[in-house]
Amino acid sequence: MHGPPPLPPLKAKDYKSDVKPIWCAGCGHFAVLSAITKSLAHLALPREQVALVSGIGCSSRLPAYTHVYGFHGIHGRALPIATGLKVARPDLTVLVTGGDGDGFSIGGNHFMHACRRNLDLTYIVMDNEVYGMTKGQASPTTPPDWTESKLTPHGTGLPSFNPAAIALAAGAGFIARGFSGDPSGLTDLLTEAIQYPGFAFIHVLSPCVTFHPEQKAWKQTVHEQTQTTTADRVVAAQRLQQDDRMATGLIFRSPANARTEHAAPAHPATLEQMAARFLTG
Amino acid sequence: MDRKTDLSETRSLSVAIIGSGGSGVVTTGKILLESIARFGLYALMTRSSGPQIRGGESAIMLRVADRPVASLDDHFDLLLALDWLNVDRFADELPISTESIILRDSDQGEVPPRFNLSPEQQLAAPLSQLAAESENGRANMVGLGLLAQLMGLPLETVKETAQDILKRKGDAVLASSLLCIEQGYGQAPEKKIVTPLTQPASPTTRWNISGNEASGLGAVQGGIRFVAAYPITPASELLEWLAPNLERLGGGLVQAEDELASVNMIIGASFGGVPSLTATSGPGLSLMMEGLGLAVASETPVVVSNVMRGGPSTGIPTKSEQSDLNLALYGLHGDAPHLVLSALSIRDSVFTTEWAVKLAETLQTVAIVLSDQSQGQARAVIDPPTSPMLEGKRKLAVEHADYRRYALTEDAVSPMAIPGDADCMYTADGLEHNQLGTPSATATDHQLQLDKRRNKLSGFDYGDDWADIGGEGDICLITWGSASGAAREAAERLTRAGYPTRTVAVRLLSPLPIARFSAAIEGTTHQLVVEQNHGAQFYDYLNARKVLPPTAGSLARPGPLPLRPQEIVNHIMKGL
Ligand SMILES: Cc1ncc(C[n+]2csc(CCOP(=O)(O)OP(=O)(O)O)c2C)c(N)n1
Ligand code: SF4
Ligand SMILES: [Mg+2]
Repeated sequence: MHGPPPLPPLKAKDYKSDVKPIWCAGCGHFAVLSAITKSLAHLALPREQVALVSGIGCSSRLPAYTHVYGFHGIHGRALPIATGLKVARPDLTVLVTGGDGDGFSIGGNHFMHACRRNLDLTYIVMDNEVYGMTKGQASPTTPPDWTESKLTPHGTGLPSFNPAAIALAAGAGFIARGFSGDPSGLTDLLTEAIQYPGFAFIHVLSPCVTFHPEQKAWKQTVHEQTQTTTADRVVAAQRLQQDDRMATGLIFRSPANARTEHAAPAHPATLEQMAARFLTG
Repeated sequence: MDRKTDLSETRSLSVAIIGSGGSGVVTTGKILLESIARFGLYALMTRSSGPQIRGGESAIMLRVADRPVASLDDHFDLLLALDWLNVDRFADELPISTESIILRDSDQGEVPPRFNLSPEQQLAAPLSQLAAESENGRANMVGLGLLAQLMGLPLETVKETAQDILKRKGDAVLASSLLCIEQGYGQAPEKKIVTPLTQPASPTTRWNISGNEASGLGAVQGGIRFVAAYPITPASELLEWLAPNLERLGGGLVQAEDELASVNMIIGASFGGVPSLTATSGPGLSLMMEGLGLAVASETPVVVSNVMRGGPSTGIPTKSEQSDLNLALYGLHGDAPHLVLSALSIRDSVFTTEWAVKLAETLQTVAIVLSDQSQGQARAVIDPPTSPMLEGKRKLAVEHADYRRYALTEDAVSPMAIPGDADCMYTADGLEHNQLGTPSATATDHQLQLDKRRNKLSGFDYGDDWADIGGEGDICLITWGSASGAAREAAERLTRAGYPTRTVAVRLLSPLPIARFSAAIEGTTHQLVVEQNHGAQFYDYLNARKVLPPTAGSLARPGPLPLRPQEIVNHIMKGL
């Protein structure tokens, strides 16, 4: 009754690939990568059972830096790729990563619909309030008076959008805010999000030191939320309206379970039976 | 040429039924089509409806013959009008000749002058009056009985068919319908107005199927188990067929939020190892293009079934046109080799869709299958379809040491690892990459991967299925998709008239097997490229491939009216 000796448990570094990130020194995204690998190690997930899906952006480069299955897709479409993968392969743990531009601008429609579809996915958005990859344009979360981009020299003049509030309104069951400057807090949130049996959205404040150097000050302004997690959508909505968008923690957690797309067919049929339905007479 | 001689050799009967919304035209057509099938004959039934969502006018056009029917005829022999409301909207689609007969409900007013009929060509029958004699009686059922009688279909066959098709509607409706059919059947006019159909000696097994259903069946036979799509006319029935049937097979369909989502969902599912497809029409295909580029670059097999309609933009959503060819061929950005196929008939939609799935899986690429409204939403009585010989399985990773997802191999297809496979973890990428899949912007990697993605398609042996070639002669009709039906019939008419004609109906549009194409048209002296679009898209494509002699002509005519055989014959005769 002697099987092969048990493999030593995987460490966070075992979930990292040896591809060198293209990120600028000091970019917030490094800490998110670490937190993800730590939380995968903590949950002892077999690497081949994990898939990381992303769109396009600095943040979306993350899958290549991990040693699990990955899909680096196209701008804004990470959630649909992940949706197809999860429906086809419910056995996999599917994580989705991306940026604020990827998720809230070009991919905004998918964000709403992934929230309401409520598949068992974890969606991690690294919000730096800018399009980092394309060298610093305004995103939907950029403050209206930010004038650093040549495209919008007078600022966007548009109210910035509150991703957590949108997720709540669209029906997400798990909504949290994390900060790349607090890697251990982020790891805990991620671990809980991955285990959550439904669509889990983590809005991660992740500074772009190159195009938003002032975000280095987030170290001082980000704080833990004062209230405890609520399971009441109305309460959560109220809190999010008064939110300074700098409070971290699990904001909302619904007790409802994820939908499973793949029930056993109620009326199974073979291809031959299907074809036979077209016979005349 | 004399069309009458043609008819005596290719006996067929063309019948149209028109009426406003709610008059039951479509149900009448369904019962008639299935009755014809049970009688042992072949038929094609197309359907035209107005722009209204519900309650508009509609028409069904049915052509019956003792051999498979792939095209409408030039004229209708018999037209049954349940009413004349909005008839102007589709009168263009109802060509009639000096021999056509129009049969109208006597309560519904005279035949409109635009049909320009002689008095002998007009008949009236008291359809509504007879219907009113029974409770819930309906004029369309009386009309059905009368039509069946005129066409020579046995009353029992029609009644049994009606019983099967109407049983869901409850006993009362069924009983009154059967009564109406009998009454109509008893209303024989004094003179014989069409030659009745004759029953074949030994009817064989037949199918009654629509083009969209045929595409769906081909898809699941090819192995498709996941579909994501966004509804669009005229592809929706394909999705409606797939949803319950995928479920029966243990697969599933997701209704996506848009086509950007649907194409990416199928990429995700296919990455997960499940053969996947989406169905759409022109506007949706346009939205999918960026995603298809990703599938090509990441070598993730996916299939798109594109049921074409009149374009550009919203165009004519309910009518047919073959005008998405350029989009399918050239719509992807970058150098993105992929497969483009065309379904040559309703029956061929099974074969071609199944083949497309198997090719996409074998070659780890994108396959776009072009069908169109005239085929997708039409029904036909056909011989059972065939399946391609290709096994069509994905080449999976077996070597786990030093796994390279985009390894350069002899056939340029790399073994694909599926999530769950230990030691083969990789990141699929739309960024140019090296053999490992790691992003790379070097000239060498770009060249190697471009070559690989091209060579796996160009080096594959597609065999004889690339086209359906028929007939021998000096004249050659080169065509694709649904235009093949009219072209084939035109070739037969020309051949019978002493102008032997060959047809080359191309199923594999891209990559076009150049050598085989040249061999197929070799020995012909007059080539005509036949297609239903305004821009001569196929003709231009073939010219760009330099496979046509400079003298080859083009017959390119946009929708919404279907191409008809005589139109092609006339075009050839003019040029001779
Ligand atoms: C269809 C398309 N449009 C535009 C781009 C260019 N583009 C690449 S990344 C990006 C924005 C990325 O911003 P974000 O998602 O916030 O990621 P970050 O780089 O800030 O991490 C844009 C506009 C693209 N790749 N594809
Ligand atoms: S540009 Fe900004 S987001 Fe991109 S890597 Fe540099 S610091 Fe990070
Ligand atoms: Mg950003």
